[in-house]
Amino acid sequence: MSGLAGKPAEHTQEALKGIRDTGLEEVRLRAFLAHAWRTPKGFYGWLVTVDHKLIGRRYIVTAFLFLILAGLSALAMRFQLAQPEAGHIGPDLYNQLFTMHGTTMMFLFAVPVMEAFAIYLVPLMIGTRNVAFPRLNAFSYWVYLSGGLMIWIAFAFETGADAGWFSYVPLAGPEYGIGKRPDFWAQMVTYTEVSALAVAVEIIATVFKQRAPGMSLDRIPLYVWSVLVTAFVILFAMPAVMVSSTMLILDRLVGTKFFDPAAGGDALLWQHLFWFFGHPEVYIIFIPATGFVSAILPTFVRRPVFGYLGIVLSLIAIGFLSFGLWVHHMFATGLPQLGESFFTASSMMIAIPSGVQIFCWIATIWGGRPIFATPMLFVLGFIFTFVIGGLTGVMVASVPLDLQVHDTYFVVAHFHYVLVGGAVFPLLGAVYYWFPKITGRMLSERLGRWNFWLVFLGFNLTFFPMHILGLQGMPRRVYTYPPASGWGEMNLFISLSSLVVFAGFALFFLNLFLSLRNGRIAGGNPWGASTLEWATTSPPPSYDFSRLPVVTHREPLWAEPDVLPVVEGLRVDAREVLAGTVADAMPQVRVPSADNSIWPLLSAIAVGGAFLGSIYTPWAVVWGAIPVSIGFICWFWPKGEPEDEE
Amino acid sequence: MRHRPVADVSHLPTYDFGSASPMWWGTLAFIALEATGFALAIGTYFYLAVLARHWPIGAPAPDLLPGTAVLVILVASVVPNHMIEVWARRQDLAKVRLGMVVMSIVGILPLIVRIWEFPALRISWDQNAYGSIVWFLLGLHTTHLLTDVGDTIVLAVLMFTQKGKAGRRFSDVSDNAFYWDFVVVSWVVLYLVIYWAPRM
Repeated sequence: MSGLAGKPAEHTQEALKGIRDTGLEEVRLRAFLAHAWRTPKGFYGWLVTVDHKLIGRRYIVTAFLFLILAGLSALAMRFQLAQPEAGHIGPDLYNQLFTMHGTTMMFLFAVPVMEAFAIYLVPLMIGTRNVAFPRLNAFSYWVYLSGGLMIWIAFAFETGADAGWFSYVPLAGPEYGIGKRPDFWAQMVTYTEVSALAVAVEIIATVFKQRAPGMSLDRIPLYVWSVLVTAFVILFAMPAVMVSSTMLILDRLVGTKFFDPAAGGDALLWQHLFWFFGHPEVYIIFIPATGFVSAILPTFVRRPVFGYLGIVLSLIAIGFLSFGLWVHHMFATGLPQLGESFFTASSMMIAIPSGVQIFCWIATIWGGRPIFATPMLFVLGFIFTFVIGGLTGVMVASVPLDLQVHDTYFVVAHFHYVLVGGAVFPLLGAVYYWFPKITGRMLSERLGRWNFWLVFLGFNLTFFPMHILGLQGMPRRVYTYPPASGWGEMNLFISLSSLVVFAGFALFFLNLFLSLRNGRIAGGNPWGASTLEWATTSPPPSYDFSRLPVVTHREPLWAEPDVLPVVEGLRVDAREVLAGTVADAMPQVRVPSADNSIWPLLSAIAVGGAFLGSIYTPWAVVWGAIPVSIGFICWFWPKGEPEDEE
Repeated sequence: MRHRPVADVSHLPTYDFGSASPMWWGTLAFIALEATGFALAIGTYFYLAVLARHWPIGAPAPDLLPGTAVLVILVASVVPNHMIEVWARRQDLAKVRLGMVVMSIVGILPLIVRIWEFPALRISWDQNAYGSIVWFLLGLHTTHLLTDVGDTIVLAVLMFTQKGKAGRRFSDVSDNAFYWDFVVVSWVVLYLVIYWAPRM
């Protein structure tokens, strides 16, 4: 590995400042690093930290809190729908409930939770000490939190968004959108997209530049590939919803005419822009979930994944193809038939790379010796459920069938199979898999099995009958239905089954709570897994690795289970990480990593204040720019840290 | 787990330029997402134009003078921008300081001209969809211009302080110059859309 580190040592110039880790004994090394990478204790430390693990953890917890809120709103809807003409919830509240459910699940739970895991895991899996832009990471969390709180507080004051999670115009436009409800929705989108885009940028830079020496493109763990592809999809998809939600706000606030047909605007323009984001959004949620599967599966079948290259190419293909499908959400809008046929073909085409992945996973299981621990159960549950969701996806990709079932419960069943089966099951598996790394303790396997079977069976009992209800013609987004429709019994069955799902999730949270205090101590690598995050302690120290690893194999910990090849020569008195070449991860630069700072939080407050104010007056953007500028200048202005002297 | 040192990185520099620096990739990623926003806004422009019976709707084509003036200033600014890039890589502090002052002024000039550019569109944003989209396009670019000029001025001030002498500041100057190129290129495209598409 002597050529690995680029220029020979005699060209060191004046760079040998600071205390280095070379030859330092482990105890002293850890003491130095713990000081350099510390987060201050107490509340202040909580506000200023830029540690990717602390931020990732709070992202995960926050996303799960939003899952609970969205889940409770679903339960409320099922309570109302359990009987025909029930009077528990009126139409106005029901509209807000399904909008808040969808909006929260998509914008405040699914995307953030996937990014949260990436924030926590990527630096550990690629062998570095933090993400590329740690303060941007902290900023993204605060912006996300304020956006989520804002829309739920608005809901508590009867200003909850009520035009569906896609907020179609003219329903959400200036003519029909009541009060400020759609404005809160539109600005919540701005907050969460700013946050998601920030995370995407830092993930791309981190994976491209900060991989451990030797981790060439063909040695990147599949999970990391999946979040890298996702980050690119976010980068090119999310601007669409920012552009469209800004146009919506402008139409409502200052009288622009983007969506007003009477003045040359177009209502369908909204749908095009929204779904140009909205369809990739599904893959932004699904692609990292497939990454979870590719990470969990090899560990529990005790062999490397079958078809690494095929899976990587499939991930990239899915990323590209996800941008060619948006019109299949608009088949019922009367677009030209040739265009519809193109989007039918491209919608079916995405089944090919998805199928390649599924067959690679089946071949991996086939060639291995499966161990049926809870994470593996969720992976198997995912494969079963997602295949059903994929099949109904191929069905609704066909225009005639789509026109029949459009806006019925068939579509509700389809996308819950894809999103819950395709993303939430792997996510729960991922929680069981990485909980020991994050907390140092194992989750209970016994509760885990109960959790799996209740959620898996409850889910299928709840959502499978919706296919039938949809084929029978029951429309979506209705707060009630007449007894003569004959849908009552099946709705009652669905509502009772949803209680089983609820019980499954209650067990999940109980398991988390109990295991956090009493779970078995995990140790560094409790599953005998092969990737780098298991080479450090559980939970990892603030600096992740005491010496940065060198990678010589795609499954580093299986190739050398007891010894970790490492680099020497990094500073230990200041935060420092390695940056290398994009393709081969050859080290190029020792880069300083940003220290704790209060300015990301203060900047997020300033940005959030400007966004919130702009719901009421356009001048908020002008006056808000002043505190935002002050926040950013103070954030970037060097504070005399030791590494700044170099 | 035992450690086996296999490589020494102590001699590596602590900053570098261009694609060697993670910040350059971050800048590129921001350029990519902002360019996507521009592309979608331009797509919206042509989508609305195709739907309309006459384009521009209910207004003459915009007055060419202020937009063209901005174009000339921005294209001319490429020269000092690339000189500053070269000086930054040579780590020539005196020239970089001079260059940053020049670039700050060059950045403020188009913002001043832009005060006349919005009226030169000859339509208000709330008149019809055409008015809305041209104001939107011009607004988007103005926001970019404002943020990058702000960034340039802050960096220029920083270069005159003690902290400006740290080597990595030259890398920051280089990344700032890289982003300015994007501001210029995006205006060339937007200029053609706003001023010449209605004349086609």
